[in-house]
Amino acid sequence: MNNIRASLRKREFIEFCSQVYHNKMAFAGTIILFFFILMAVLGPLIVPFDVLDFGAAGDVLQPPSQGHLLGTDDMGRDVLAYLVSGSRVSLLVGSLATALSMVVGTVIGIVAGYSGKAIDNILMRLTDFFLVIPWLPLMMVLAAVLGTSIWNIIIVIGMTSWAGTARVVRAQTLSVREQQFVERTISIGADSRHIMLRHILPNVFPLIFANTILVAAIAITSETTLSFLGLGDPTTASWGMMLHYAFEAGATSQGAYWFFLPPGMCVVAVVLAFTFIGYAFDEILNPKLRQR
Amino acid sequence: MRKRRLLKKIVYALITVFFVLVFNYFLFRILPGDVVSMLSRNAKISPEMIENIRAAYGLDLPWYEQFALYLRDLFTGNLGTSFTYKKPVIEVIGGKILPTVVLLGVAEIIAILIGIFFGVVSAWKRGKALDTGLLTTSLLLYSMPVFWFGMILVLIFSATLQLLPTGGMVTPGRLYADSWARMADIGRHMVMPAICMGLAMVGEYAITMRSTMIDVLQEDYITTARAKGFGESYVLRKHALPNAMLPMITIIAINLGLIVGGAIQIETVFSWPGLGNLMYTALNNRDYPLLQGLFLIVTVSVILANVLADLLYELVDPRVKS
Repeated sequence: MNNIRASLRKREFIEFCSQVYHNKMAFAGTIILFFFILMAVLGPLIVPFDVLDFGAAGDVLQPPSQGHLLGTDDMGRDVLAYLVSGSRVSLLVGSLATALSMVVGTVIGIVAGYSGKAIDNILMRLTDFFLVIPWLPLMMVLAAVLGTSIWNIIIVIGMTSWAGTARVVRAQTLSVREQQFVERTISIGADSRHIMLRHILPNVFPLIFANTILVAAIAITSETTLSFLGLGDPTTASWGMMLHYAFEAGATSQGAYWFFLPPGMCVVAVVLAFTFIGYAFDEILNPKLRQR
Repeated sequence: MRKRRLLKKIVYALITVFFVLVFNYFLFRILPGDVVSMLSRNAKISPEMIENIRAAYGLDLPWYEQFALYLRDLFTGNLGTSFTYKKPVIEVIGGKILPTVVLLGVAEIIAILIGIFFGVVSAWKRGKALDTGLLTTSLLLYSMPVFWFGMILVLIFSATLQLLPTGGMVTPGRLYADSWARMADIGRHMVMPAICMGLAMVGEYAITMRSTMIDVLQEDYITTARAKGFGESYVLRKHALPNAMLPMITIIAINLGLIVGGAIQIETVFSWPGLGNLMYTALNNRDYPLLQGLFLIVTVSVILANVLADLLYELVDPRVKS
């Protein structure tokens, strides 16, 4: 029985992968993401020094040239090197914040949906609270109060972006809970923890996966925006911090395009990649959107 | 039934507002360094004086009485005194509301008009090159950090072409012949921030409009209308569009929170003297009373606006009435 189910899942998965491969948007998104992950992983090989260490600094605000392919910033640091180190921080913050957000959202969604009644009510009011209040001001006050460190940024983003996930996970849990196999497991005498972990979680998993993509895009944008507004960690080099320094140095009105265009483009590319993949998933998974 | 549902929504919103009040209260009380510990660093202040100050701020009272005091202050409009402006927070905030409302109003209109147009056209031309182009543009606008988009506009239109001012609401030090000249000057300053904010919002509206439109176009009544022999544009305008418009109300309401976030970024980049810019300066000066007041006012307004949108939706959609 288990074997049949496993092979069925495997076939579904392969079919899903081939659909992703044939969907132009999903394919483009995957390629872009792969590029940036490669850049982050190989970073230390490309830039074998600490960007924040001013030892290698050259002349300030130099336009692109042979020595500095993307010019230098207001402190004389090489923009390309900064960009490569920035990818590590931005992707790290993005993925950790996303992971945190997914865990919180999934736990709250499953517990609310499975428990029902008072617990469900309380958890859903809490979810409403996080859904309705404007994210950026909330993140700003939280970050201001907690202080600016990379871990605080991760916590702040993770703790403010789980509400959407909790909502969909709860809805799915409600419908899974009503299915016969859950009722049977309850009648055999399984405890709630076992049912939530072994029976509900695997059934809401595809949903969690689809949501991860959306949250990842939000997390990357949030990190960039918070850093830009001066809430980033000054001891780490992220794309958002670059944009912050560029804005503070007046790079826009001075026409120093090489300083602030590249980091923004990287952010847009990563977010766009996630959005493409998410959008394509929606088309693949939602039969209503399929072409007739 | 309908009344009960509406009442439930209003009660839920009030609960959320209460959550915000409690959250706001505790958040700013875990701050490192309250008024007293800041003062007590000053050696000239005696312990008795510190006790007096504690009493004056109500810090010697038990927490529930402090919380009651906080609520009383809120309802009487007392949000404390701003560190930087040395004025009551409520006054500082009051003076910044109008510029933000005007900017967001104009941006919202731009976004809704372009968004609906993009969405309808791309749903209609689904799968064609035009659809792909519009969809990619929408996704691109949606993915862009708003402040970065603003920086690009400044680079193009101010730094390079020298067409528009880089920021602010009026030309500093300029005298005006009449109020029309002043309005014109404000308008010139508003072009970039309003377009930037508007375009930043277009993406989401266009994508939503496209998918609802695609859903609607597959309904049976559309096939019926086509079978009756109505022209394509007539069907689109009179049968599909009105039905696809309804979800837009919800999207606009849901987006309010995002718009607030966008306003903070836009006003910062263009130094537009509104609430968003105020929040940025309050943050960088660590002006906690002002930050707290802003957070409270902005959050509560967004919650109330959401309830209003819900009520509006009930009024507009005949299907919800039953």
